[in-house]
Amino acid sequence: MSGPGTGSLLEVEGLSIDFPTRTRTVHAVRDISFSVGREKVGIVGESGSGKTMTGRAVLGLIRPPGIVTARRMDFDGIDLTKLSEREYRRIRGNRIAMVMQDPKFSLNPVMTIGRQIDEAYRVAAGAAAGAARRRTMEMLKAVRIRDPERVYKAYPHEVSGGMGQRIMIAMMLVAEPDLLIADEPTSALDVTVQMQVLAIVDDLVSQRGMGLMFISHDLNLVASFCDRVVIMYAGQIVETCRASELHKATHPYTRGLLASLPRVDQPVERLSTLVREESWKTEPGVDARNL
Amino acid sequence: MPATSDVSGADMALLISHLDVRFGRGEEAVHAVRDVSLTVRRGESFGLVGESGSGKSTVLRAIAGLATDWTGRIAVDGEDLGRKRSKAFYETVQMVFQDPYGSLHPRHTVDRTLSEPAKIHGIGNVGGRVEALLHDVGLGPEFRFRYPHQLSGGQRQRVAIARALMLEPRILLLDEPTSALDVSVQAEILNLLQRLKHEHGLTYILVSHDLAVIAHMCDRLAVMNAGRVVEEMDVDQLRRSQPQHNYTRQLLNASLGYDRDKADSLLTFD
Ligand SMILES: Nc1ncnc2c1ncn2[C@@H]1O[C@H](COP(=O)(O)OP(=O)(O)OP(=O)(O)O)[C@@H](O)[C@H]1O
Ligand SMILES: Nc1ncnc2c1ncn2[C@@H]1O[C@H](COP(=O)(O)OP(=O)(O)OP(=O)(O)O)[C@@H](O)[C@H]1O
Ligand SMILES: [Mg+2]
Ligand SMILES: [Mg+2]
Repeated sequence: MSGPGTGSLLEVEGLSIDFPTRTRTVHAVRDISFSVGREKVGIVGESGSGKTMTGRAVLGLIRPPGIVTARRMDFDGIDLTKLSEREYRRIRGNRIAMVMQDPKFSLNPVMTIGRQIDEAYRVAAGAAAGAARRRTMEMLKAVRIRDPERVYKAYPHEVSGGMGQRIMIAMMLVAEPDLLIADEPTSALDVTVQMQVLAIVDDLVSQRGMGLMFISHDLNLVASFCDRVVIMYAGQIVETCRASELHKATHPYTRGLLASLPRVDQPVERLSTLVREESWKTEPGVDARNL
Repeated sequence: MPATSDVSGADMALLISHLDVRFGRGEEAVHAVRDVSLTVRRGESFGLVGESGSGKSTVLRAIAGLATDWTGRIAVDGEDLGRKRSKAFYETVQMVFQDPYGSLHPRHTVDRTLSEPAKIHGIGNVGGRVEALLHDVGLGPEFRFRYPHQLSGGQRQRVAIARALMLEPRILLLDEPTSALDVSVQAEILNLLQRLKHEHGLTYILVSHDLAVIAHMCDRLAVMNAGRVVEEMDVDQLRRSQPQHNYTRQLLNASLGYDRDKADSLLTFD
């Protein structure tokens, strides 16, 4: 929930994203509306439902032939739909940052990890080389990298999947963005390291008023970590609720998700799966703006 | 005859003993896997869990012949492996990589990614198999001629799973195979893996951070920390939450959900 008088950081109304392909147009996102205040908004939904593309659209990163349309996309008083590529570059990675779903793929493969984080910090804070290095080492330690000296000098292919995710998080956080879009940022982390890394993000939200869009498949994590949840299906928002009440969600898709979770304490022979109804695609979506 | 007495026996799908894996040489060397020993019976599902960076993927990569600087013993179906893997090896053992984007060729369509290995290995009715496997992993025919960048993260992961199944391997090394999938698609993939296992007696080594997935899929598991196996447990011990090692205890405790105060109390184990 946003605090009193803080309002929304990001407000999106009527966002659609289409990809024309040789045979047909893929409607990746269909007329969705949502907002993010100085709070943690979880985005869950089925594979291919448009979560990543939504995040990329906010950052102006949908590549042609993709087509983005929106009635409104405001970030802290800035009309994102009107920004030139040049103006976007001043915001991206600086005021709005995104932790990509494929972190090791998003990092530069031929540049050491240390240099990449240094550079992110120098661009954002205008810092000198020495200060940047100190800050980078601090961040690597903060995200629980066990041997920061080695990792500073290593290349992306020399770290594990979860280390790549933590490096990406460190790189995005050195800039102290106002809005962080995190796309499955901790899916390769064990639960202990995950909790420690999320605590850093949590503190940035509660202490510095950062806004967080947290895309995740982990329902229990979203329920315990986030403030609000938005549930996506086939390019639409089908339900939204307070995170603590996710287990009481009512949309049959959300119910189906909750029912298909394996549980440590309750063995089952076969996991229950969803029977997807055609009507979930045609019924109107819900507005997830926190009005 | 007790099954455990004969470790090199023919019912062992996989035997690893005193495995050490390093990257690089001298001062800068990373000693990623330290003295790891495991045995997995044919038809068993074995879980690997543990801290990020603790060496889980490296163990799988050593088995698959992708990390070559190792010492110790690795045997598949009772046969010791050297540094190089034969073509026939990959008809027995396939791996699903943790990072599906990096493991898919960016300029190959889904169709080509799936059919090429099958053609190399002389498998018949490639087109039919591609179609059937895409269906099995929940991807419709419209995905068959797409490129990786035209797929979502979870769609790419499912292509990687389908590719590993193309050659009908008997042993599958699965590195976080469902971590990019929503839980309903995850349920479908896990059900598919269980069905294939029952039908063909497959053996799985499954790396996952999700203890519920491990509990659902596996008979036994090993917990890794800082390159070592700190404890091995069977799934009942996991279900009853009866760990021996402090790291495992912390892991089980943290799996109950996010808690800001708990985050400060977590320890690093060496
Ligand atoms: N360049 C493209 N051409 C055609 N379709 C595309 C393209 N890029 C993405 N899509 C489609 O757009 C849809 C939304 O993709 P998106 O990556 O946002 O999904 P997602 O919700 O993030 O899924 P996941 O959880 O699997 O990562 C998917 O069905 C995908 O196949
Ligand atoms: N090619 C490489 N060169 C140097 N070091 C490497 C290389 N590959 C892996 N490592 C190191 O080996 C250690 C173990 O990595 P591994 O990928 O096996 O971890 P993991 O347990 O799979 O972690 P995660 O859960 O984060 O995927 C890490 O410290 C990593 O940096
Ligand atoms: Mg995605
Ligand atoms: Mg790994």
